[in-house]
Order: sequence, then C-alpha cells, then structure tokens
Amino acid sequence: MSAILQTQKLRVEYRSRELRQPVKVALQGLDLEVRAGEVFGFLGPNGAGKTTTMNVLLGFIPPTSGTASLFGIDVRQPIARQRIGYLPELTYYYKFLTAEELLRFYAKIFGLPRAEADSRIEKLLKLVELEAAAKRPIKSYSKGMQQRIGIAQSLINNPDLLILDEPTSGLDPLGRMKVREIIQRLKNEGKTVFFSSHELGEVETICDRVAIVHQGELKAVGTVAEISTGHENLEKAFLRIVGFQSATTP
Amino acid sequence: MNKIFALAGVVIKELYRRKDFYVLFVLTALLTLAAAAMNFFHDDKIVRYVKDICLLLIWVSALLVAIVTTARQIPAEREARTIFPLLAKPVSRGQVIAGKFLGCWLATGVALFVFYFFFAIITGSREQIWPLMVYLQALWMQWAMLAVVIAMVLLGSIYFAAPSSTITICFIVVAGILGLGTHLHTVALQQPEPMQTVLTLVYYLMPHLEWYDLRDFVVYDMGLVSWPAFVLATLYAAVWTGIFLLLAWFGFRRKNLTT
Repeated sequence: MSAILQTQKLRVEYRSRELRQPVKVALQGLDLEVRAGEVFGFLGPNGAGKTTTMNVLLGFIPPTSGTASLFGIDVRQPIARQRIGYLPELTYYYKFLTAEELLRFYAKIFGLPRAEADSRIEKLLKLVELEAAAKRPIKSYSKGMQQRIGIAQSLINNPDLLILDEPTSGLDPLGRMKVREIIQRLKNEGKTVFFSSHELGEVETICDRVAIVHQGELKAVGTVAEISTGHENLEKAFLRIVGFQSATTP
Repeated sequence: MNKIFALAGVVIKELYRRKDFYVLFVLTALLTLAAAAMNFFHDDKIVRYVKDICLLLIWVSALLVAIVTTARQIPAEREARTIFPLLAKPVSRGQVIAGKFLGCWLATGVALFVFYFFFAIITGSREQIWPLMVYLQALWMQWAMLAVVIAMVLLGSIYFAAPSSTITICFIVVAGILGLGTHLHTVALQQPEPMQTVLTLVYYLMPHLEWYDLRDFVVYDMGLVSWPAFVLATLYAAVWTGIFLLLAWFGFRRKNLTT
C-alpha cells in the first residue's frame, strides 16, 4: 500500500520571544507513514507533539527542518489539502451562519459544482442528523450538534484522508458511538483516517495501526497487537512506552 | 477566484447579520431628516446645509463601517479559531487576505450605495433636481478611497494585537490625512530644516485620501470632476490598495497562528 501521509525527519522548534529563553523542541526527527485505507491512531501524553504534528500536516506552522507531505505533495502547498477533511478537537465555526450555509461555504472553497454541493450537503446533514436544524444559526446549537456539524464539514469534499484531532473529546457516550460508526463506515469505504486520541479503548477497537509519540519522538509504531505484545492491553503498553511508573505498583 | 468570492460572501453575511450598519443608517437618516425638516434663518439655500450635514454623516458612517468591520476580521478568525478549519482547506493565506478585503469592500459599497440613495431622495425632493452623475462620481471616489482605508486596516489588523488598537490607530491616521493632507505641504515649507524635508517626504509618501472628498462638488453644484482626473485617482487608489494588501499578505504569511 502507498503512503498518503508521510513525514521525514520532521523537526519543529518554538522560539520564545523573550530573551534568554531556551528553544523548545516540539518534534525531533519524526518519521511517520500512513498508508492508504488504514485507520491510524496517533497517541501520546499531553505535550508529546501530537498537535504540533497535526499543525504541520495542515500547514498551520512550517517545520523547522524535515519534510511532511500529503498524497506526495508538500504540506506547504494549499493543494495538498484538496483531498483531506479535518475535524478539530473543539468546534470552531462561523456562528452567524446556518449549518447549510457553512457547508455551502466550504463546498465553494473546495470548488465543488453547485449540483454536487447540493447533493453532498443534503446527504451530510442527514448523516449527522441535522436536517431539522439546517436553517438555524450555529450559535443556537448545543455542543453535540456543533460537533456533528464539524463532522459534516470535514466530509464535504468526500475526502480520501480524514484528519481528526481527538474527535470524541467532550462527547457523551452516544456521540462517541456515532463518531466511531462514522470512522468505521469511512474505513469500509476505503478512506484513510488519521486521528489523535487519549481514548485507548477506542483506539484498540478501530485502529489498524498506531504510533506513540513522547517528548517529540516516535517511540513505537505498529498494529495494536504488535504494540500490546507482552502487555495486558494497549493502555498498559502505552504507559510503559511513555515511562509511566504507577505509585501503587509494588 | 471562486474561493476569494466565497470568503467575501461570509464577510458580507456577517455584516448584514450584525446591527452596526442598521444603527448607523438609522442615525444618519434621522439626523438628515431632522435637518431637512428645519428651515434655519429662513435661508433659501437651506438644502446646501442639509447636503453638507448628510454627506458629512455619510463620510463618518462609511468610515466607521469600513474600519470597524475590517479591523475585526482576522483577529476574530484567530480568537474564535475559525481560521484553522478554514486553512485546513485548500486555501492560501493570500486568498484569505484577498477574500477578507473584497468582502469588506463590497459590504462597505452596499452600505455606501444605500446612504447615497437616501441622500439623493432627500435632496432631490427638496431641490427637484437629480444630478445623478455627480452623485455617482462622489460615490465611486469615496468607495475608491475606502478601498485604500480597508487595505490599510487589514494590514494594521495583522500587526496590532487587538482590534481596538487597529481601529483607534487607523481612525487617527485617516482623520489626520483627511484633515491635514492638503495643508501638509504648505506647512512643511514654513518649517526649518530638517523638519521641512521630513514633512515634505511624508506629504509625498502618504496616500492622499483627501483627494477623494467630492463633497464640495456635490454641495456647491460644481459639476463633474474631469474624467482623466477621475480615472487617475481611481488608479492611484488601486496602487495604494495593492501596496497595503501586499504588505498584509506578507505579514499574514509569516504569522504564527497557533500562539
């Protein structure tokens, strides 16, 4: 299978504006490869470099050194994002727009023809069960509804790669199940999903492969079974990889 | 280009869903109607006063709409973090700047058109004359001037921390140019060196927004501005707009949005 998301020796440094502050290295030499059609879990404790990696992949920040590409195109080129969908951890949408207007706006950004946009908007609103609220401004939506419109916008261009930043964070059990169903459905359709999560149980259930990063370095990569070998489950393996010592462990 | 129009569409929707424009329009309308209803000193030329007041209100209101709307565009995108889902799409930062500019400029143009339409109705009903070409020239010139202002504010919003700072600084700069621009060269010549050189340089390097003020042409029925001058002024505004947008794009391209 070909790699559709790739980073090579990716390094990101944050320089403080204050004098004599040390340079913070967020990523150091990250080599990552996500193949077409797989669900890839990107794990790590807070501050490990997951968000920085996503920020580079989405073109929000430039790498200090190394390369990152999507579908073989450098992420610094806007066209690299033509075939991706992105769902941020929290909902960040224009609250004065209605769900339908928001989806239409993003459809125009992707250059979808009017008829195709109409049909996709209808289909997506149905998928996320927001048909009844489609003409209401987003500011009147509950948190769950806002997360659902987020999912819909990430799918507007029928992406081949979906990048999800902690997609189930802050959702109720029903919302989580819905997101898992959508990821599973996308996988069945042959789409690639790259997502970060702290929910290891969830990752264990739906991921083909996972990568664990810690302190900006890639610590492990492989299938859930490979990483969990010799451990009770993925959570135990994860804790060991990131060097966590339980105070209650004898 | 479709992406730029899509971005502009969102800016326009935001403006007409907020109350700023409606409040300004109602205030302008009320003040003009009040002025038109009165007959100061039984003066036959009362319409001139009405025109003067109305045009001044239009200038102030249009500047308010343009500066306030533009100054909050990029900071609001950053604060609400809507910039991230947007930039995760195949859209470049240059297109974001162009879309924001176009949206603000078109939105201000719509506001300006409504203001001038109201102005034409009020003055036409009193004078029974309709110098439409004069009004159109005045409207276009003001709109061209607002393009420079909007591009300048957009540039300010990239570098200044808060929209309030951008709004204050831009208001001072624009008011300064409009009020002192014409006289600056005369003042410069009366100064000792090196102030004379400094002020002369400022005079030649600043965008002359005051050239676009055709209020006297409208109020005192001075007829049309010559077409070559009109075209040159439009080109001059386009060049300044381009310079400011280029600088805004350069700043935004390098801006770290994640901090």
